[in-house]
Amino acid sequence: MTNPLTAETLGGGFDDAPIQSARAFRAALDAMARPGRIHVIAGARPPAPLSVAAGTLLLTLADGTTPVHLAGDIDCDALRGWITFHTGAPLVPAEAAVFAVGRWADLTPPRRFAIGTPEYPDRAATLIVEMPVLQSEGPVLTGPGIRDRARLTLPDPEAFRANHALFPLGFDTFLTCGNRVAGLPRSTRVEDF
Amino acid sequence: MTEQAYNFAYLDEQTKRMIRRAILKGVAVPGCQVPFASREMPMPYGWGTGGVQVTAACLTPEDRLKVIDQGADDTTNAVSIRSFFRRTAGIAVTEATAEATLIQTRHRIPEHPLTEDQILVYQVPIPEPLRFLEPREPETRKMHSLEEYGLMHVKLYEDIARHGAIATSYDYPVKVEGRYVMDPSPIPKFDNPKLSGCPALQLFGAGREQRIYALPPYTSVVSLDFDDHPFDPGKADHDCDLCGAGDSYLDEVIIDDAGSRMFVCSDTDFCRGRRAAGHVGRLGTPAGAAA
Amino acid sequence: MYVAVKGGERAIENAHALLAEDRRGDTGVAELSVAQIREQLRLAVNRVMAEGSLFDPDLAALAIKQARGDLIEAVFLIRAYRTTLPRFGSSRPVDTGTMACSRRISATFKDAPGGQVLGPTFDYTHRLLDFRLAAEGQALPRPATADPVAGPVPHITSFLNREGLIETDRPGDDLPPDLTREPMELPAPRALRLQAITRGDEGFILSLAYSTQRGYGRTHAFVGELRIGTVAVEMDIPELGFAVEIGEVELTECETVNQFTGSKTEPPQFTRGYGLVFGQTERKAIAMSLVDRALRWKELGEDNTGAPAQDEEFVLMHADNVQATGFLEHIKLPHYVDFQAETELVRKLRAEGAARCQEAAE
Repeated sequence: MTNPLTAETLGGGFDDAPIQSARAFRAALDAMARPGRIHVIAGARPPAPLSVAAGTLLLTLADGTTPVHLAGDIDCDALRGWITFHTGAPLVPAEAAVFAVGRWADLTPPRRFAIGTPEYPDRAATLIVEMPVLQSEGPVLTGPGIRDRARLTLPDPEAFRANHALFPLGFDTFLTCGNRVAGLPRSTRVEDF
Repeated sequence: MTEQAYNFAYLDEQTKRMIRRAILKGVAVPGCQVPFASREMPMPYGWGTGGVQVTAACLTPEDRLKVIDQGADDTTNAVSIRSFFRRTAGIAVTEATAEATLIQTRHRIPEHPLTEDQILVYQVPIPEPLRFLEPREPETRKMHSLEEYGLMHVKLYEDIARHGAIATSYDYPVKVEGRYVMDPSPIPKFDNPKLSGCPALQLFGAGREQRIYALPPYTSVVSLDFDDHPFDPGKADHDCDLCGAGDSYLDEVIIDDAGSRMFVCSDTDFCRGRRAAGHVGRLGTPAGAAA
Repeated sequence: MYVAVKGGERAIENAHALLAEDRRGDTGVAELSVAQIREQLRLAVNRVMAEGSLFDPDLAALAIKQARGDLIEAVFLIRAYRTTLPRFGSSRPVDTGTMACSRRISATFKDAPGGQVLGPTFDYTHRLLDFRLAAEGQALPRPATADPVAGPVPHITSFLNREGLIETDRPGDDLPPDLTREPMELPAPRALRLQAITRGDEGFILSLAYSTQRGYGRTHAFVGELRIGTVAVEMDIPELGFAVEIGEVELTECETVNQFTGSKTEPPQFTRGYGLVFGQTERKAIAMSLVDRALRWKELGEDNTGAPAQDEEFVLMHADNVQATGFLEHIKLPHYVDFQAETELVRKLRAEGAARCQEAAE
């Protein structure tokens, strides 16, 4: 291992994993089940520049069986060491990732990510997109989980429209900013207006 | 008190992560059966192990859990599962549908409308709606991938040709968001309309068959039918003999050796609530009166 | 006035109390110790370890005691315990060539290097009830003189290998899938099939194997070698850079040699069926190797005759007795909601049928 075991690497995990990950999962579940709604998700204290929300998602969902792709400035020594130590997840290129983390510019083109197979649509990547702002405004969303319509800040509406066109294949997305998270599953339609 | 020997909500964290990932994918592709590495639970397969694993992966200490079997909170298996989570997760439990944040159910959807703050977890014995038409898993998987559901329509049509009606009264197949045909678990078809547009998140767990699937809130769910034979949820031609409800699903109870019958709400909490509110059925006694 | 049945919780508590009382039986008779079960009901312990997928004779004995001798129930207890245990890693493949054999026989050769070792077997006992066992406090049995054959003992099939008469097994580098950690996916590789069979119900595997002998997917099997003994379990420790022995397990290994006249893709040669099971469990190991061989029809280019033992999905999806018993017995849970729906349907269909008859008559 190339990374020294520093306090930064060893710290910042869950203090009480069963309880904190349970609460974090419920926030993530509700986010994915109700696209456009913004939830607070916290517990992890990852090294910069990873957000609390993205770090908490990784601690809650990733482990030695889920390859993780770190994109852009997320792919730094401090975070490589932190994620390896706390989750055991192997760090991989985009194509092999179950989870991919980074800013949208660093995750593009999203075509690289697994979109599942016709028999197993579930074998698709989950993107965790770090956002500069995350608000309930922007493009209109409709589809499962949304009663009438929702709005959400999206980095690139066209990319998510293209992803939805692949349904039931496609990747699924969490958008994170600070300690907040929103979900955008492949089932969500991003409307044109 | 939780029992110290076991992790919160019984399952180890790695298992919970695996189940949680499967649930999220299920939510992302409504109605699609996601394989998961179901664990042996301390209750037998076929007794709700899928539902129990989904519930265990979702519970937080703040939850208030309700468990029903056949609509009733006091059936023995419901009692057993409820006490399992009270012991292993130390969470609050309730029998009141409106007070519950998470409801695990076998064979019913509660009568009381669910809300956005609730999750309904179904126990599923056979998750594959096409299984009894095609026993082989690789074949049914291919049929789902190709959206090839002709076999199901043929079966339903044969019913109509032979019996004049679709001869499926429970476990009635549905189509989700116009894409996946899904098994709603063995709920009576009376409950099918409640699946659609439900404000609560609905999760389905099949332990022995190792599948999880989901209906996000407000998902469109259509019971399969034909234009000239529209879906009919059906209902007994009776009112509840205890609370007088005319719109709830009823159990038929034989009350004497001569075979006399009465009809009572299968949803025990719903019936109790109505009686407490002063509703009285044919054989009921007014609330407050000595039984 | 009708009052709905209540008190599920108390009924369950009472059932548990009755169960505990029944388990103990007549308190005038001494209680069984776990050690007694472990030492004196060893074959039951072995079966519970094999089908429970956990090598721990003490826990298996405890499970048998708790399950009142119901071995499927005991297997279930072990499985439910096992599934909660943390995984630290996987062992290296055990080397059965180094087995310290307590029993080793071949049906294909009169003798072979390493010798035939009969070991502790029922095989040549006369099945006469031994009433001396009913008498308490008898003298200890005369100690046997044979020591286990210290390894390494070469595998008999390796002698056939030298002549190229038997198919070669190519060792794979891939970590085999873990049936207990990943959902079953079909078609299943052989490693996964073998896992499912080794923990499958002994009676089910036995009957399937028997059916191949009677012509339902016949494989012409000879027991090339059956060996029972202990092997070391080693695990790579990444921090140390080498493997360390973490314990030893008793195993039964069976290799069948199956006549094979060749197919479109394979030359005439002997083929193999393989069985490996925890403990001294030779009926299971032999049955396993027959079923394994029957399931290999596709890779050997044989015909599928439609025999149950050739049907991978049928075998793998129905071999597990914990799954089977749970689902079988769940039909005693209440189903009155569904039954009610069926009752309404039958009434409706009958009414409609009667109306149609009436119309036809008029």
